[in-house]
Amino acid sequence: MNITFRLSTAFACIIAVGCASIPAEPDYKDTMAQMLKASFRDQGQANVGRLVQDETAAQCSAAEATGKDISDQASKALEAANMKTVKWPSDGKFLGDWKVGEQIAQSGRGATWSDAKESANGGNCYNCHRMSKQELSFGNLGPSLYNYGKLRGVVDPTSPASKPIVDYTWGKIYNAKAYNACSGMPRMGHLLSQEQIQHIMALLLDPKSPVNN
Amino acid sequence: MQSGYFFGDIFTLNSINKKDSFSAGVLASNFLKRSLVIVSFAALGAGQLNAQTPTPAATAVPKVAGPATTADGIAAYRALLAEDNPAELFEAKGEQLWTTARGPKNADLKKCNLGKGPGVVKGSFVELPRFFADTGKVQDLEARLMSCMETLQGISAAETINTPFGRGEQKNMEALVAWISSESKGMKFNLPQAHAEEKKMFELGKRMFFFRGGTHDFACASCHSAEGQRIRLQDLPNLTKAPEAAKGFGAWPAYRVSSGELWGMQRRINDCFRQQRFPFPLYGSDATVALSVYMGVNAKDGASTAPSIKR
Repeated sequence: MNITFRLSTAFACIIAVGCASIPAEPDYKDTMAQMLKASFRDQGQANVGRLVQDETAAQCSAAEATGKDISDQASKALEAANMKTVKWPSDGKFLGDWKVGEQIAQSGRGATWSDAKESANGGNCYNCHRMSKQELSFGNLGPSLYNYGKLRGVVDPTSPASKPIVDYTWGKIYNAKAYNACSGMPRMGHLLSQEQIQHIMALLLDPKSPVNN
Repeated sequence: MQSGYFFGDIFTLNSINKKDSFSAGVLASNFLKRSLVIVSFAALGAGQLNAQTPTPAATAVPKVAGPATTADGIAAYRALLAEDNPAELFEAKGEQLWTTARGPKNADLKKCNLGKGPGVVKGSFVELPRFFADTGKVQDLEARLMSCMETLQGISAAETINTPFGRGEQKNMEALVAWISSESKGMKFNLPQAHAEEKKMFELGKRMFFFRGGTHDFACASCHSAEGQRIRLQDLPNLTKAPEAAKGFGAWPAYRVSSGELWGMQRRINDCFRQQRFPFPLYGSDATVALSVYMGVNAKDGASTAPSIKR
């Protein structure tokens, strides 16, 4: 539909004797930047530096505001750049304790101006995902993760057969934008410690975890 | 079961100093008959459990004839509360403030122009934010009131902006927005978009709405751009189009049962930004007004229910 639209626009341009007669959509970039600068101030740990977008956030925001998807090529480039940020576990250990993982998944705290800077960030998982069948209070902004490991055939997370899904899961938690440039999921790698990610990994992949039962 | 997340609250409930909240909070606990609240909460809990696939936890709960879904339960709870909405106490105070001589100039607000002419209150709320020639700015209700208070009464807008919610002039703002919005209750949103500045603010508001930022890459759109979405059990209105935009945008100002306070749209947006992990939006700033223009235009022809009542 997009292509058809572009073609017909191009065609219309030719008929209208050159595209110069079509008024260009005003660029709100500068006005937007001025507005942001004048409208926000630091509070607690939430400083105005948080309004500086990286390339991924900038391109995805612009695409969503204008309703024009970013190109496949641009997505691929953003995904590759995000993939480079993923740090794999320094001790080679991918899975921790699912019981701790469950607590991290439950917590939606951290990084707001009313949170203490030193306090640990939560994983925010249940805010958007169904995880276990015991927890009925779950959001639906993300897909259900109930039976995440089981559905992917993970019997022994340390086995070579499970390696691809274990790697993918680590990478996805660490930086979801490495797999889907404009994913709505936060890039958790800079919010959670390596140990916290290991625990969430266990919650998703340990066959004994409530997620898989 | 922790009540915090049982009601779908990711939101680390209020960081608000209850000691400073308007005394209506105290009155409200009598106003809302305690038993009514307990009964409706119980019905809500049963509704929520019944809505799920039976689990040992669910079957252990005694069967209560309750609403079929959580959303129904919440709706029933709100309907019960709405009959005695303590927002009325704020409205009464606001109406009085409008005609009370105050501030360094010892004047009232009866000549304040909210967009439909000096002193015209009825119907003004559903056309805000709009462009005002005297200030040369698109203003929402709060920003406009600050202009009126400064010009007519000599009350410094800068001071109000820097006053924490629930204190001093901010308490008066709560009452004023409660009353002014109540005067348009049931009327349909119809924000003017004829002026170039109004169109520009709509475009900026749209960009603000989709602006991903902060530590978590959240935008308003992360939660509010599709129907049927929830954080935990909290329903999230789609603010990008009718009719849900009116349902969300048109419900504020609202009385918040959990904190006993009246929140205007400025405070609602402020707390959204807090949870988005954004820095602090200045009260009445262009980014917040632009967002209201975007949501308000999207809410066109939907009815205003403000001041409503929220959990």
